[in-house]
Amino acid sequence: MQIHEEEVLGQAYDARLMRRLFSYLMPYKTWILAALLIILVTSLIQVSGPILTQIGIDRFIATKDLGGLNQIALLYLAIVFVGFFLGYLQTYVMQLTGQKIMVDLRMQIFSHLQKLSLSFYDKSPVGRLMTRVTTDVDVLNELFATGVVTILGDLVVLFGIVAILFYHNFELALVALSVVPLLVIITIVFKIKARNSYRRVRTAIARISAFLQEQMTGMSIVQLFNHEVRSFRQFEDINRGHLRANLDSVFAYSLFYPAVELVSSLAIALIVWYGGGQILNDDLTFGELVLFIYLSEKFFRPIADLSEKYNILQSAMASSERIFKLLDTPVTLQQPERPVQLNRIRGEIEFHHVWFAYKRVDSHSKSLTDGSQGDWQWILKDVSFRIPAGEAVAIVGHTGAGKTTLINLVMRFYDIQRGRILLDGHDIRSLDVLQLRRAFGLVLQDVFLFSGTIASNIRLDTPWITEKAIHTAAQDVNLSEFVATLPNGYQEAVKERGSTLSTGEKQLIAFARALAHDPINLILDEATSSVDTGTEKRIREAIVRLMAGRTCLIIAHRLSTIQRANRIIVLHKGEVREIGSHQELLAGRGLYFKLFQLQYQEQEIS
Amino acid sequence: MSLSQFARLFPYLKRYRTRLLLGFLCVILSNMAGSAAPWLMKSAVDSLDQTLVPDRRATRYLTDDLRDTHNRSIVTNKKLLSKNQKDHISKNLFAYGLLIVLLALLSGLFLFLMRRIIIGVSRYIEYDLRNNLFAHLLGLSQSFYHQNKTGDLISRSMHDMHAVRMMIGPGIMYSANTLVRLVIILPLMIYISPNLTLFAFLIVPVVAVAVKVFGAMIHHRFEKIQETFSDLSSNVQENLAGVRVIRAFTQEGTQTEKFRLLNQTYLQKNVDLIRVWGMFHPILAVLLSMGSVFVLWFGGRELITGNISPGDFVAFNTYLTLLTWPMIALGWVINIVQRGSASLKRVDYIFRAQTEIFDNSVAVQAFPSNHPFQGKQSSSVLAVQDETESNQAPASLFEGRIDIKNLSFSYNGALVLRNINLTIPAGSTYAIVGETGSGKSTLVQLLARVFDPSQGQVLIDGKVIQEYSLKTLRSQIGYVPQETFLFSETIRENITFGREKVEKAEIVSAAVLSHILPDIQGFPLGFQTMVGERGITLSGGQKQRTAIARALIRNPRILILDDALSSVDTLTEEEILKGLRAVMEGRTSILISHRVSTVKFSDQIIVLKKGTIVEQGTHQELVESDGYYADLHRKQMLEDELVEE
Repeated sequence: MQIHEEEVLGQAYDARLMRRLFSYLMPYKTWILAALLIILVTSLIQVSGPILTQIGIDRFIATKDLGGLNQIALLYLAIVFVGFFLGYLQTYVMQLTGQKIMVDLRMQIFSHLQKLSLSFYDKSPVGRLMTRVTTDVDVLNELFATGVVTILGDLVVLFGIVAILFYHNFELALVALSVVPLLVIITIVFKIKARNSYRRVRTAIARISAFLQEQMTGMSIVQLFNHEVRSFRQFEDINRGHLRANLDSVFAYSLFYPAVELVSSLAIALIVWYGGGQILNDDLTFGELVLFIYLSEKFFRPIADLSEKYNILQSAMASSERIFKLLDTPVTLQQPERPVQLNRIRGEIEFHHVWFAYKRVDSHSKSLTDGSQGDWQWILKDVSFRIPAGEAVAIVGHTGAGKTTLINLVMRFYDIQRGRILLDGHDIRSLDVLQLRRAFGLVLQDVFLFSGTIASNIRLDTPWITEKAIHTAAQDVNLSEFVATLPNGYQEAVKERGSTLSTGEKQLIAFARALAHDPINLILDEATSSVDTGTEKRIREAIVRLMAGRTCLIIAHRLSTIQRANRIIVLHKGEVREIGSHQELLAGRGLYFKLFQLQYQEQEIS
Repeated sequence: MSLSQFARLFPYLKRYRTRLLLGFLCVILSNMAGSAAPWLMKSAVDSLDQTLVPDRRATRYLTDDLRDTHNRSIVTNKKLLSKNQKDHISKNLFAYGLLIVLLALLSGLFLFLMRRIIIGVSRYIEYDLRNNLFAHLLGLSQSFYHQNKTGDLISRSMHDMHAVRMMIGPGIMYSANTLVRLVIILPLMIYISPNLTLFAFLIVPVVAVAVKVFGAMIHHRFEKIQETFSDLSSNVQENLAGVRVIRAFTQEGTQTEKFRLLNQTYLQKNVDLIRVWGMFHPILAVLLSMGSVFVLWFGGRELITGNISPGDFVAFNTYLTLLTWPMIALGWVINIVQRGSASLKRVDYIFRAQTEIFDNSVAVQAFPSNHPFQGKQSSSVLAVQDETESNQAPASLFEGRIDIKNLSFSYNGALVLRNINLTIPAGSTYAIVGETGSGKSTLVQLLARVFDPSQGQVLIDGKVIQEYSLKTLRSQIGYVPQETFLFSETIRENITFGREKVEKAEIVSAAVLSHILPDIQGFPLGFQTMVGERGITLSGGQKQRTAIARALIRNPRILILDDALSSVDTLTEEEILKGLRAVMEGRTSILISHRVSTVKFSDQIIVLKKGTIVEQGTHQELVESDGYYADLHRKQMLEDELVEE
């Protein structure tokens, strides 16, 4: 069973995290101060009811002053309405501020994700990253919107009550509050118990979720191997763990609430007994007795609530820790401080003794031979070649030769370990990354489509591409005929990942996308998947138009594309083995000759 | 909200009816004890001036003047009490205090029991329901899993289940508590003062209406938030998944801008909710405080006129406080029930899904998949245990002859296989080759009834496979799928998957045959090594070999290898095949592969193209016939040379 890092809960209070969280409050400090002020007032209003009742009884009811009674009742009513107004204002301000902070936080995480290198993405599952932006931020919202602030309100109420009680009658206040230590003990015991079972519940939920995920993904294996009964028993076990943890938690809560009420009753009994005696001795007025009873009732709910807030605090700490960890992930792909500005890019690409590896061989050998060259699992070894501006180069090679890696490097998705990659003679690391990438039009093997429309997938969000440019691009890559058959034309909805479109159609959309962006260089990873002859013809024509007038780096699978290239580079196991024209290489009877027979020859026949 | 939509829950509630009734009893008892305490308080307070006027109600018949004197007594006349009287009253007060504490103890005890029983029952029901849901999921066919996203199904079995649980637990408990408390306290309040009660309760309909109206508004706006949130999530999801395209086309800026806009919309929707939500609690507070204002004002007048005693005044106010929380809870409960019933519908969606692979055998009827809950006592849990016992019974052995007759299969409207006719004699080895998407995997999946054919039949030993029980059929088939799926358990558990009580020797021999043993021995924990995220990450080849061991340990009569050696290097492949050939001896075997080296020793090789058989024969025959297979053969010889380069 997998227990994800999401489920690990730490301390409920971590000063370092708290300080950092507070920095997010700073832009809204005026609003937060206002809300705090309001809370102060509303908390006082909360205790004003019993005070007014006491005054009403002692001053007016006792003296039969009907007019006075009317007045105090009216005052009470007025305060109630003020309380309503302020209560609303406070919730509104606090929730709004909380939401705004969440927007800030979400934007910060999102922007940071836009900067992190692709090697980070290789390591982090999309689902986990999503949790950071969505669920974890929401947990924090709970803290900002309710947690912190109401704790403050609760504290104000508590201290207010204590002050009033002591002001009115020191002795009785001591007697009434003598139960507080008991309450504190109960709360602490409960807190420990509840935290323990809360942790177990969270772990159990994570286990159920992970188990379901795995079983449903592998359901066909479960069924084919008659594993249903055993799967069920495993699930029952995990589910029972969840049940037990929950029952423990239910037990703790069931005990806690009545215990608090019992203590509260004990306080009231003490007040009735001792206060009653004081009334007889004229040390206490009847109104004050009522005041003590009412206030002691109001005393206990905040204390019970405090422990509830503990959970909120705890999950918030865990979530913020994960969020900050993501935000602290360094952006490894560094933008040059003073990038070289190219006024006009010609498009010349050069690889100069490039060595590249995605990762080291494995963690063991890393620790053994620290930092030495043998560590890296080289994908490209000393690769050198040059594509003069305006020329097209086709890269061919067997699977795993490192062809796709070339593309990743020239776009600077990854940085190389050794050597240099040059665009128009400048090391690409000295150029502005955005300018560099804008110079390239990329078509990948697996076409990624966004949900939206055909048009939005061609334009993406590039502002300068006009509607007309979209149509022209679509026309040039033979997509327009297909679009014409759609009921909504270019505005036809594209579902998630373009699930309603065929492979060929997706290819053409990707072509149109690249063409509409009118790049100086074209980088094309031809798809291997077979399409019907009609589509194949359209794709071939489209590639011709895409290549026209551009410096091209093409991972070729089509003989027609290879023949159109000025030169062919044969990549084998990460090394450049042959460079030359189609005819030259065929004549050389080397690797290309074999590859040709293997992959391209039959295309010649058809 | 009709009752029928809760029908799914009835059997579960029925199952725990005794406990639920006990819980309700506790609700009543705790409220009885709880509402007796204020009554004692009333007596205690009244005892303070009891000595002066034994019968308070008698004052009603006094002249105004006399009554005036009497009322003043509340505050003034106690000075006239003697020391003796004071001691007497003091003792009384102590007794009252003691009684209040005792009653609180009693009330607390029942309160504890109430929570424990009713919330406990909701947890038990959640447990049962989730078990049954999973049992049902285990019985659903692949087409269901293709139509529904795993994430959605998990959300239904987690989040929606949680909402349903909330409806059963706190939902039932708080509504029962509110109702009972109202029924007990209302008469007491009326007894103290009908007028005062009337005034205090003028607010109740307003509270009810407010809760209802606000509840609906909140619900509606909350749904809007959820919709926007879902947009926000899918935006992030796409952004993360399409990171290459975004970087390549330098869309980072516009993507961030887009996300900012979505965030603004999300914020706006939240503000819409806050506007209402922020009002909800203050409005309730206002309405309920107005009760206190009424009591002070009107109760004060009644106190002055002597219609009620000081004790009445205190008790009445306490009763009102006792009703406050349940009233607020009522609004919350309505919310819970609304969400719970919506979620129940979503959970029910899974329960109502039917498998397309029907099991006609009687033997498997005991398995709960199609009968998630059979009412009364027989829960699925028991049914599964029955099944477990029958698991020990030896299944009849197949000979292994396979006949495929006029078989066609369409999936989602596309014809995947058309009119296949094929006979595989028992004990022979057949191979299937063909391009991706030619229907190879589908064909073998039809043998194991992952799907049922649209037309035609598959027969094993002359009997249509639908006539065997699923369990018998599948236990005779050892299947190594194209995409290896291992579970995050130990290697041992992965190899023995689906079998119980396996001898160590059997596991080792399966591991030897699939050439995974040396790898396993290389792991520090050997067979106990965990696979997956929490354990070791196996290479593609290691995974495939584990999957082969998993199929072999079943000692199947029919062995299916669906491109099972694709991630294994040629050398190892040869070794495995050498070992497998001995295993395949006497078994019916079907190999799917792209590699000529894998299939060339087969008795017959079948070439599939777009769902039909286009070539069939031995390796030699096909190589000579110059078709797809011959081409494949030629290419792979070249490829081998290339790799050796």
